[in-house]
Amino acid sequence: MADLEKTRPPAPVPLEWEYAPAPESREIVHFQERYGLFVGGEQIEPRSGEWYSTIAPASEEHLAEIAQAREEDVDLAVQSARDAFENGWSRLPGSERAKYIFRIARILLERSREFAVAESLNSGKPIRESRDVDVPIAAAHFFYYAGWADKLEYAFPNRRPHPLGVAGQIIPWNFPLLMLAWKIAPALACGNTVVLKPSHTTPLTALLFTDVCRQAGLPPGVVNIITGDGRTGAAMVRHPGIDKIAFTGSTGVGKDIQRAIAGTGKRLTLELGGKAANIVFDDCALDQAVEGIINGIYFNQGEVCCAGSRLLVQESIYEQVIAKLKRRMSTLRVGDPLDKNTDVGAINSREQLDRITELVESGREEGAEIFQTECTLPDRGFWFAPTVFTNVAQSYRIAQEEIFGPVLSVLTFRTPEEAVEKANNTAYGLSAGVWTEKGSRILWMAERLRAGVVWGNTFNRFDPASPFGGYKESGFGREGGRHGLEAYLRFE
Amino acid sequence: MAPSANAPALPRGFELPLEPRLPRIGAIDAVALEARAGELAKRSIKKESKLAALELAVRMMDLTTLEGADTPGKVAALCSKAMRPDPSDRSIPPVAAVCVYPNLVAVAKAKLEGSTVKVASVATAFPSGQSPLDVKLADVRDAVEAGADEIDMVIDRGAFLSGRYAKVYDEIVQVKAACGDTHLKVILETGELGTYDNVRRASLLAMAAGADFIKTSTGKISPAATLPVTLCMLEAIRDVHDETGRIVGMKPAGGIRAAKQAIQYLCVLNETLGSTWMTPDLFRFGASSLLNDVLMQIRKQKTGAYQSGDYFTLD
Repeated sequence: MADLEKTRPPAPVPLEWEYAPAPESREIVHFQERYGLFVGGEQIEPRSGEWYSTIAPASEEHLAEIAQAREEDVDLAVQSARDAFENGWSRLPGSERAKYIFRIARILLERSREFAVAESLNSGKPIRESRDVDVPIAAAHFFYYAGWADKLEYAFPNRRPHPLGVAGQIIPWNFPLLMLAWKIAPALACGNTVVLKPSHTTPLTALLFTDVCRQAGLPPGVVNIITGDGRTGAAMVRHPGIDKIAFTGSTGVGKDIQRAIAGTGKRLTLELGGKAANIVFDDCALDQAVEGIINGIYFNQGEVCCAGSRLLVQESIYEQVIAKLKRRMSTLRVGDPLDKNTDVGAINSREQLDRITELVESGREEGAEIFQTECTLPDRGFWFAPTVFTNVAQSYRIAQEEIFGPVLSVLTFRTPEEAVEKANNTAYGLSAGVWTEKGSRILWMAERLRAGVVWGNTFNRFDPASPFGGYKESGFGREGGRHGLEAYLRFE
Repeated sequence: MAPSANAPALPRGFELPLEPRLPRIGAIDAVALEARAGELAKRSIKKESKLAALELAVRMMDLTTLEGADTPGKVAALCSKAMRPDPSDRSIPPVAAVCVYPNLVAVAKAKLEGSTVKVASVATAFPSGQSPLDVKLADVRDAVEAGADEIDMVIDRGAFLSGRYAKVYDEIVQVKAACGDTHLKVILETGELGTYDNVRRASLLAMAAGADFIKTSTGKISPAATLPVTLCMLEAIRDVHDETGRIVGMKPAGGIRAAKQAIQYLCVLNETLGSTWMTPDLFRFGASSLLNDVLMQIRKQKTGAYQSGDYFTLD
């Protein structure tokens, strides 16, 4: 017997395969030491004389000095936008405006690698996402709305559309370039001029974008980019020269804005928070649904207003789904956003990390069962391991409040009616997902779910032709598609 | 091999499992499956991890020749290549197996004597499987008697596509019996099955009937192996393992010609089934032209320079 054993070749040892680091090169991006405000087609020093530092959240490394705009600076920017609006842009034929917008789209694509690296550096999101999602979809939005610029009369037959004037746009830090595209592309296509404020923590791609505007030969003042914190945003909201405010961000700030502009005649669209239900039926394609759950909540570290942060699983497949989910979570690669194999990057700021940590703590205290993947998080920077809570009750804070981080709360349901009831039982209504092999059930659910977007057997998919926006505390107004034009037009 | 390798996962009632613990057949969403495979294909594998993967790919290779024109001379040359893929680099390991028609098993067996390289033989009226059962079984017995270590059978796609799943199942069970201890790989010919749902159904059926490996293709039909089809089959293998503890191997075959593709398959394997399966005992590449590209890439990794194809033997 012993001899027999010897003659046998030894069984091969399975390979414990570790991927070597595969970092995308930073060489392609050159940041200025300091960025002024982009007003009237030029970078100008802020009248406030104040500057702040913007960092890379993955390493807390300083990237550039950014101007802090105050009332006077906002005033200059609005003036410049008003001049550009009155002196030509609003009267330019649509086909001419389209040329500029098409040009911007093409330049964005040509410089896509640069923008992807800059975005990942400043926001902490994985390069895989900035390269494959943020930048290409941002360019797609410019292409799409360029196409509408000379067809506005056909978009709204017999309604004679006119631009509004100066649009003040305030965007968040989770998709800095993409949200810029969502805001600027339709505004320009409709003949408005723009004062845009990127988020305090992620101004760099917007500032790089000013160079794209210059390259595209866009007339000075049509796009103005001003930077700063909430005070800058508040000054924009109060400014009498602005005709329309478009805001994407938290529900709290959205409410403040709505209060502040009440009675001023300013137009308003708000795209606010969410607590989307991702509803998994027992007849779904299971492994693909698990991918959808992962994509729903761990895409962009869960810092997505339409994230599928509440998982509703049909009770009959609960254990199977949770087992598959946990295993899949353990293969998520958390780390350096610039590594091409990273799935989950850094949290955008310490402030956000604190908020996530606090809510997760409340989940523990309220009695939910926590599972976190075992991953080594870097010492510096802001990190949070992918997390899932089971045994969650509707009444827990983690089932009600928007966490805006890689944290999933799992609930169960028994029947489609119960799924709808639980999904709608929230103050928000931005998005929802339905996973089932029955087409008829997707339609049945979509009719009843009070959410602006309902995805069937997919999640977090964005297309410029598809309108996006919320019900209830998730805001009002639609971005994307033909509907997105309405937010920037008035009709006779 | 796992202790229960020969035990059918689902002894009966594959179609309508009443016990909830048995794996349901389930469904596959084609769009999402292809998206996931596409995502994994974008993994960036560099430096030492690339070299490790390429070396593993050599050890996982079933070097294949399945032509009407195959001769003892051709097979002998292939066997030499299998044992020492790169004569100028002794550190390159032998491949896993050579894969030939039953008539040439004896030749290959003699040539490979004393090496670790196994002999795999296609059987059961390969590639169409359109012959009576007793002919197929005789085919298998002949190959086994000639010394084949592994049998690559084809399923009866005619029966499968006309809904006669029981016939397909019974045939695999009988082939498995005819194989005895010889390792059985079941070829689904996914290019003829039409949908991922069918691929999943056929995978579960083959595993339930006793397959040691499931394999995508004969290589005679296009498309042969693809990344999404492989992912779909690996997920079925994972479900069977979850439910029964049984470990089944996987062999994508046909259409894999570049080292880059091989690495993509290994990424899909690694992130779907994990390191347990990262061994030639449980994963094989069925290919003929892949080996030289892998050797070329290995030399590139080691020396930093590409060699011309003339420096790699064509066998």
